Formats: sequence, C-alpha cells, structure tokens
Amino acid sequence: MAKLIDARHIQVGYAQHPIINDLSITISRGQITTLIGPNGSGKSTLIRAMAKLLKIDQGVLTFDDQNLTTLSHKMLAKKLAVLPQTTQAKPELTVAELVTFGRLPYRKPLSGLTALDREKIDWALTKAHLTTLKDRPLTNLSGGQRQRAWIAMAIAQDTDTIILDEPTTYLDLPHQLEVMQLIQELNQSADRTIIMALHDLNHAARFSDNLIAIKDGALAASGTVNDVMTAENLRRIFNIDATLIAYEGRPLILTYETATPAEDVQ
Amino acid sequence: MKKQSFTVTLLGCVVLLIGLMAASLRWGADQTSLHNVWQAVTAAKTTNLDQQIVRTIRVPRVLGAALIGTALAGSGALMQSVTKNPLADSGLLGINAGAGFLLTICLAFFPHLTTLQTTAWAVVGAAMSAALIFAISTMQQTQLNPSTLVLAGIAISSLFTALSEGLALVGQLKQDLAFWYFSGMGAVSWSQLNHLGPWLLIGLIVALCLAPSLNIAYLSDNTAHSLGKSLPVLRALALVTVVILSGVSVALVGTITFVGLLVPHLARFLVGTNYRRVMPITLLLGASLTVAADLVARMVNPPQETPFGIIIALIGVPCFIYLARKEPHYAE
Ligand SMILES: Nc1ncnc2c1ncn2[C@@H]1O[C@H](COP(=O)(O)OP(=O)(O)OP(=O)(O)O)[C@@H](O)[C@H]1O
Ligand SMILES: [Mg+2]
Repeated sequence: MAKLIDARHIQVGYAQHPIINDLSITISRGQITTLIGPNGSGKSTLIRAMAKLLKIDQGVLTFDDQNLTTLSHKMLAKKLAVLPQTTQAKPELTVAELVTFGRLPYRKPLSGLTALDREKIDWALTKAHLTTLKDRPLTNLSGGQRQRAWIAMAIAQDTDTIILDEPTTYLDLPHQLEVMQLIQELNQSADRTIIMALHDLNHAARFSDNLIAIKDGALAASGTVNDVMTAENLRRIFNIDATLIAYEGRPLILTYETATPAEDVQ
Repeated sequence: MKKQSFTVTLLGCVVLLIGLMAASLRWGADQTSLHNVWQAVTAAKTTNLDQQIVRTIRVPRVLGAALIGTALAGSGALMQSVTKNPLADSGLLGINAGAGFLLTICLAFFPHLTTLQTTAWAVVGAAMSAALIFAISTMQQTQLNPSTLVLAGIAISSLFTALSEGLALVGQLKQDLAFWYFSGMGAVSWSQLNHLGPWLLIGLIVALCLAPSLNIAYLSDNTAHSLGKSLPVLRALALVTVVILSGVSVALVGTITFVGLLVPHLARFLVGTNYRRVMPITLLLGASLTVAADLVARMVNPPQETPFGIIIALIGVPCFIYLARKEPHYAE
C-alpha cells in the first residue's frame, strides 16, 4: 500500500512544551485511518502537525513524498482538507457561504466563482444533506446541522485527503451514522484518503481500515482494526476491561468496565 | 440578498453622495446657483466671483469631506472585521488619538514643518497607538480578546487625548488647536488635497481589494491556513491601511470619532454581512455622512460653523442605537 504520510521520530508541542515525542507512523493512501486515544493524549496535536498547523520541532514528516516543510499552505490546501475539532465563524454566515470557503484554494484574487466551483459546492451540499438549509445562518442551526455544514466545506475543497477531528461530536445516533457513511462513501466511491480522530471505538472499528492508538503523546498501537482493537490494548490504552465480540469480521465492544488494577488480578 | 437589490442599493448610495455633494457646493454661508456650481466645476476658466468661491473654497472642502468620510468608514470596516469586533474603530481604539498627539507635538514644537511632514508624523502616531494596543491586548492570550482590545483602546485613547490637551495648555496652543479641532472640513485646502489626497486614495483602493478576504477574517487562524490563506498577513495589511487612512485624516481635519464605528453597521444593515458588498457601500455612505454633516454644520447658524463632531454625534448616535438594538448578537 502506497504511503501518503510518513512521520519519522517527530516531536510536536506548544511553545517549547512537547506533547508528542519521538512518534513514528505511516498512513496509507486511499484508506480510512482513525486515531484513537484518551482525552488529552495528543490526537488533535498530531492532526495539527499533519496539516502543517503546528511546527514539527524534531523529526521529519513527509506528505505525498514531499517534506511537509517544503509545501506551502496554499499548495497543501489543494491536497488536504481539515475539519478542526472546534470551529469558529461569523454567526451570520450562511451554510452556502461557509461551504463556498472550501473553494478558496482554487480561486483567483478578486474573481467570482467558476462553473466548477459552483458544481463542487452543490455536490458538497447534496452530500451533506444541506441543500434545503443552505441559506440559513450558522447560528440558527442545530449543533449537528452546523457540524455537517463544516464537513461540507471540507468536501467542497475537493482534496484527495480529508482529515476530520471528531466529526461526529454533537450528533445524535442516526446523524452520527449518516456522517460515518458519508465518510465511507467519500473513501470508497470518490477514492479519498480519510484520516480522523474518533472517540466512539465501535465506529472506529466498523468504518476504519487502520487504527493508530495514541497515549500520552506516544504511539500505543497501530495496524489493522483487528490488530489494534484487542482487550489487552484497550486495557493498556484506556484503562478499561472491554468485552469484545466479532461482528461481521470486525471487533465490537459489547460492554466495558473500569479496569481493575493489575495487582488485584494477580 | 439578491444581486439585483445590491446593485440598486449601490446605485442609490452613489446618487445620494452626488446629490449631497452638489447640495454642499450650492448651499453654505453664501448661497449660489446650481448653474454657478456647474460652471465652477466644469469650466476651464472663470471670472465670476461666486464661481471662484465655489472652486477655490467649496470644492476642496466637499472633496475633502467625502475622502475623509470614506477613509474613516473604510478603516472602521477593516478594523471591525480583522479584530472580529463590532466595536472596533480607529477612534475608539485610540489610533486617531495617537495621530492627534504627535500632531500636537508638531504644532507645539515644530511649527515650521510642511504639510507632508506633519502628516507623516500623524501616521507615525497612529502606528504607535496601533502597536501599543495590539501589544497590550495580546500580552496574555495568543489570540486577540475582543473586550481586552476595546478596553486597551479606550485607555490609550484617553491617555493620548489627555497628553495632547495638557501639551496644548502648556504650550499655549489653545487657539491653534481649537481652530484645528473645530474648523472641521473648513480647514481643507487644494494644496492639502493635492498632497494628501493620493495617500487616502491608495488606502481606499487597498481597502476595496482586501474586501473579499475580510470574509474569512472571522474564521480561526488554523482554518484559514488550511484553506491556504494567512490571517496574520491579512491583519497586518489591514492594520497598515488603517494607520495610513486614519493618520492622514487626522492630519487634515483633526480627530473625528463615530464615523468608523457607525457606517459599517449601517452598510451591513443594508446589504448583509458579505464584505464584497459591505465595503463599497461603507465607503459611499461614509462619504455621504461626512458631506452631509459638513453641510449641516455650515447651515445651522451661518456664518458661524457648528462643530462638525457635534453634528456627526447628533446624526450618528440615534442611528447606532437603532442598529445595535436590531442586531442582538452584537452584544456577545
Ligand atoms: N493550544 C494549546 N496550547 C497548549 N497546550 C495545548 C493546546 N492544545 C492542546 N494542548 C495540550 O496538549 C495535550 C494534547 O491535547 P490534544 O488536543 O492533542 O488531545 P486530544 O487527544 O485531541 O484530546 P481530546 O480527545 O480531548 O480532543 C493536552 O495536554 C492539552 O492540554
Ligand atoms: Mg482532540
């Protein structure tokens, strides 16, 4: 499988305060790779590093066989779309206006939208089921609708790779499923590489090809879903005792308890 | 809003401005006919005294008022968007006061400087204030906090205003400064316009070119980056433009507040929040407001002139309160 991202011994952090230390991972092209790990483990930090939103203090990260430091934000914006964990926009902005921002990497200064721009915007709105809401301001949307509007912006960017940091936050169960299926469809029919962070481990297991588990800023496990989602790994990473079964060839967590300390077991 | 209704609004604003400018050329302490105004503006040479008054005194005054109105309103729109703060304005944030302070120093200690030199110092003053405000408001946070920004601005503004007044007292400049503060647009002459007009025009063109980018100024820096745009660069460009526009305006007619705060709100009320539309409307309405206020200042009690700032406040404050109540989320 061709490598899209290859991180070698990277160190990333905020203002001299390293969060991720000596991390080496690879992410394959055309697959869905999901980052899992407890709160504060460094998933968003790693995502920011891959999207060139944080400086990589040590080590090398190559994206598409190019050192990330040699790629400008402008070039990267045509290869990689990012949905951040927390979003921020003018409250009066409408859904259509937000989605139109997704075309910014392609627009010439002071010129209007091209036919292609309009086509991609409509496509993104349709994919995210937002066509009827497109003229509504973001403030008037439910949390889930707003989340889908941001996803639509990333889709409109029409990049080969999409990174999503917890795309299903705020969503109810059916809408979570809808977003996961949308992501799967982008991967399968439009051949997009998907990198995302998820907290729902069952969704991670069901929709991903590969998992990368992070704990305390270090790599805890990586590989196929079946390799990573084991009871031992879950205990080590999340400190839970999970009851796992196999469902349609993938692991599924039936229930879980806080892990009993290792000493007591012996 | 529909494209058509925007075009109508834009045309309406152009007609309003032209009408106000024509009225302002015609009426004043000394009335004249529209025919004389037309002759004064278009004829190559004129011997008629009325026409000469219009040409040498009123035309620069009205042009100056229009340019300054666009400059102040344009800086307001730039500041409000890049700081994500609906209360931002070069007056409220102390940028005008900084320009005024260095200008007072020039008047007090270096009375023989040329127009261009004093203006350069006013621009330096504006830059100094802008730098101070941004330093204070970014001291703790990595991102500009809206209320810290306004508080810092008010503090800086009061400081520089107080320093200017103190200096004027000590240097016995009361007369000169009062003339300059209260003369309003009357102080604008052809020679000043020739020297300073081009700077304002350049600033305004930059403001118009930045307008489409101002829409993304409300995103986070990270989101803008992942769309290939740099908000720090946009902020720097906008700030330099604001510093030039307000520095030059202050050098021409003194510190005028409120235009920059009010007019962008008015424009957004009319055409929505897309800056591609808001900016041109802001510039036109800014010019209309100052031209109208200048006309009223001359008409209320001729031949005395009512201080320009009072007229602006009388027109502006009710408008602003109305708009602020219309848009509840501005309280956030
Ligand atoms: N802007 C920042 N400045 C300083 N420290 C930060 C910043 N953002 C995150 N951190 C710290 O970095 C560590 C990792 O945070 P990160 O956001 O990457 O975790 P995460 O795995 O995404 O967590 P979550 O599941 O809660 O989203 C945390 O200890 C956090 O406090
Ligand atoms: Mg996170």
